[in-house]
Amino acid sequence: MTVSLLWTDMMIWGLILALLAWGRLIGRSAQVRKQWLQVFESKVAMVAALVLLIYVLIALLDSVHFAQNSQASQSFLDALFSHLAHSAERTYSAPFATVEYNRSMQILPNGEVAQLYLPLVHVDAGASVLNHSLLALGLGALIGMLLIAVHLWWRSRQHALDFKVYAGKVWRNQTRLPWRTAYIALLVIVLFFSWLYVLSFSYHVLGTDKVGGDVLYESLKSIRTGVLIGVLTTLVMLPVSLILGISAGLFKGWVDDVIQYLYTTLNSIPGVLLIAAAVLVMQVIMNNNPDWFSTTEERADVRLLFLILILGMTSWTGLCRLLRAETLKISQIEFVAAARAFGVSRFKIIGRHIMPNVMHIVLIAVVLDFSGLVLAEAVLSYVGVGVDPTMHSWGNMINQARLEMAREPMVWWSLFSAFFFMFILVLAANLFSDRVQQVLDPRGHK
Amino acid sequence: MFAYIVRRLLFAVPILIGVNLITFALFFMVNTPDDMARAQLGAKQTTPEMIQAWKVDHGYDKPLFFNTESAGLSKISETLFVEQSLKLFVFDFGQSDSGRQISADIYERMWPSLAIALPTFIIGLVTNIALALLIVLFRGSVLDTATMMVAVAIMSISGLFYIIAGQVLFSKIWHWVPISGYESGWEGLKFLILPVLIGVFAGLGSGIRWYRSLFLEEINKDYVRTARAKGLSEIKVLFAHVLQNGLLPILTGVVVVIPTLFMGSLIMESFFGIPGLGSYTIDAINAQDFSIVKSMVFLGSVLYIIGLILTDISYTYFDPRVRLQ
Repeated sequence: MTVSLLWTDMMIWGLILALLAWGRLIGRSAQVRKQWLQVFESKVAMVAALVLLIYVLIALLDSVHFAQNSQASQSFLDALFSHLAHSAERTYSAPFATVEYNRSMQILPNGEVAQLYLPLVHVDAGASVLNHSLLALGLGALIGMLLIAVHLWWRSRQHALDFKVYAGKVWRNQTRLPWRTAYIALLVIVLFFSWLYVLSFSYHVLGTDKVGGDVLYESLKSIRTGVLIGVLTTLVMLPVSLILGISAGLFKGWVDDVIQYLYTTLNSIPGVLLIAAAVLVMQVIMNNNPDWFSTTEERADVRLLFLILILGMTSWTGLCRLLRAETLKISQIEFVAAARAFGVSRFKIIGRHIMPNVMHIVLIAVVLDFSGLVLAEAVLSYVGVGVDPTMHSWGNMINQARLEMAREPMVWWSLFSAFFFMFILVLAANLFSDRVQQVLDPRGHK
Repeated sequence: MFAYIVRRLLFAVPILIGVNLITFALFFMVNTPDDMARAQLGAKQTTPEMIQAWKVDHGYDKPLFFNTESAGLSKISETLFVEQSLKLFVFDFGQSDSGRQISADIYERMWPSLAIALPTFIIGLVTNIALALLIVLFRGSVLDTATMMVAVAIMSISGLFYIIAGQVLFSKIWHWVPISGYESGWEGLKFLILPVLIGVFAGLGSGIRWYRSLFLEEINKDYVRTARAKGLSEIKVLFAHVLQNGLLPILTGVVVVIPTLFMGSLIMESFFGIPGLGSYTIDAINAQDFSIVKSMVFLGSVLYIIGLILTDISYTYFDPRVRLQ
């Protein structure tokens, strides 16, 4: 068994490591720590952050690929849900159904021809939903309680308090951060997932799609695509807008003119069209160089990478303009003038005075962009310039399923699952970004 | 004023040249005229002579950026880039891959796009502002909190969901309006109702939040306190003062959008089968018709720049303090 990382795997892990390092670095500042504590004082923000964390964890689980004796590479998530990955039916089936969605022609033993609903192959029709649900909930409660206990123990050690005393404080909601809300939310999420997981062994909990693939599995696999597009695009965009925005504001003159010209030009092209044009070109390049990738998976991954690069290259202009304006404002303030008078070099001025003062703008932009990018993926896939059609993504699910609403009876479960998983992620991101903006934006204090 | 507009228009030229450079680089560097000829003629038995003939026919027989065979200034002017760009500047978009005149197509398809985009825009704007004013009136109350929660939820749902759910509910189950299609004139109204309503609703979340924060910022200013102090009712304060003063920031966001309404909406038009510019673009993308995509990119940037200039001009009308020089 060997670990075989895709390009995007490496990028997401690199980003996580960089974020952790950066978090430690700025965590030393008491002011920053205070601001983040303030963010999490809101119950809504706490729950939203927890949901986001779960999504990121699933995406990370799906971002460690390993190959097993020359088979197609698998991720941890695949291994966890291998019973679903290999349980394709013949066609549609409703959630918890035991028979197929369509009748099919069968020849009975006595020679008669009949239209029958065939039983599903990978469904254990004898399994009692109630019993399995109870089992799942029991298991979920156990795991949830264990997680909470570990966290409580760790927090009480940090506060140098007795476990029982600290647990009592949490119970009476007397802690500074709303841990009680967080624990309840965690318990609900764990219960929900363990219910899905246990029942997925005997049923297709969210039904199957046109080619018989399990919808729950597809929705879970799509999380990686959504999260990656939301997160990595920012990674591509950030350096460009930081460097260009700050140089434009600080150096002024012709540098400013050139950078302004650059972003006005890019901005004037309608966003979807620019992305579409770039993706069309990318397709031509990839078709001309089929030897770049050995498997369809790698091909889809390279395409995702290109899409992220393209999205990054088309979305830096907004943040760049904000940073330019803010840098112009900051560089007029006395402390920067004083630093310059003392002969502090430009780079040190940027590092010491400008960067810390524009960080809130960067953070707000990053969190705000995330939800927009997740939603954009669906639209782009619909237009035909999104991720590879073979890749699991909510956009592809919606695109494939949108005509199924016209069927009788309606095939609603694929669409519903894609929209549901997307909605929860975007809602959490929006709520969290609201709170971040409220705390970090000086104008929000009014 | 006149001099200002002329200067802004001149400033638009380098931007449009830049846009052309980007699209040109994107399309011609990767998809060279030779490739286009081969794709058009079919893969079988294409001789270099045939390719050359196709290129001459379609005006692609010049070098990309630099013509070594010409002398003086025409070294640069007799190239594909300059010729293609100059044509765009007089809105001569040439032919699409299917042999139709793109300019004529655009003119024809502009109206269905406007028929959807304009009502969506106007109704959306009025609804957003009205609702925002209403909840600013009840700020801090349960109504405010509840509306804001609903607004976040509306914002977090993919626009595709509203379209699909709308079509299923209103057309498939209740049969109130046809599921898709288009007709010009008043007959076509029944086709427009659903897309317009969905467009307005999908924009409601972010719209209300945006205008609410605008008005809330305005409402804390000194002149509002003065207005209240002289005994004006809260409703009068909102409509006579806050709305009027909030108009300026509203303009920045709104005027720039107006010209781009011509471009239509890709998703709406393709779901509802409206023969506008949006579905035109989407079809071109799917058919990989580069000439149409290129024309739409150019048209989009021209309209955006017109929007920017209009924004500046509208400022002088609504805010006498702004003088354009």
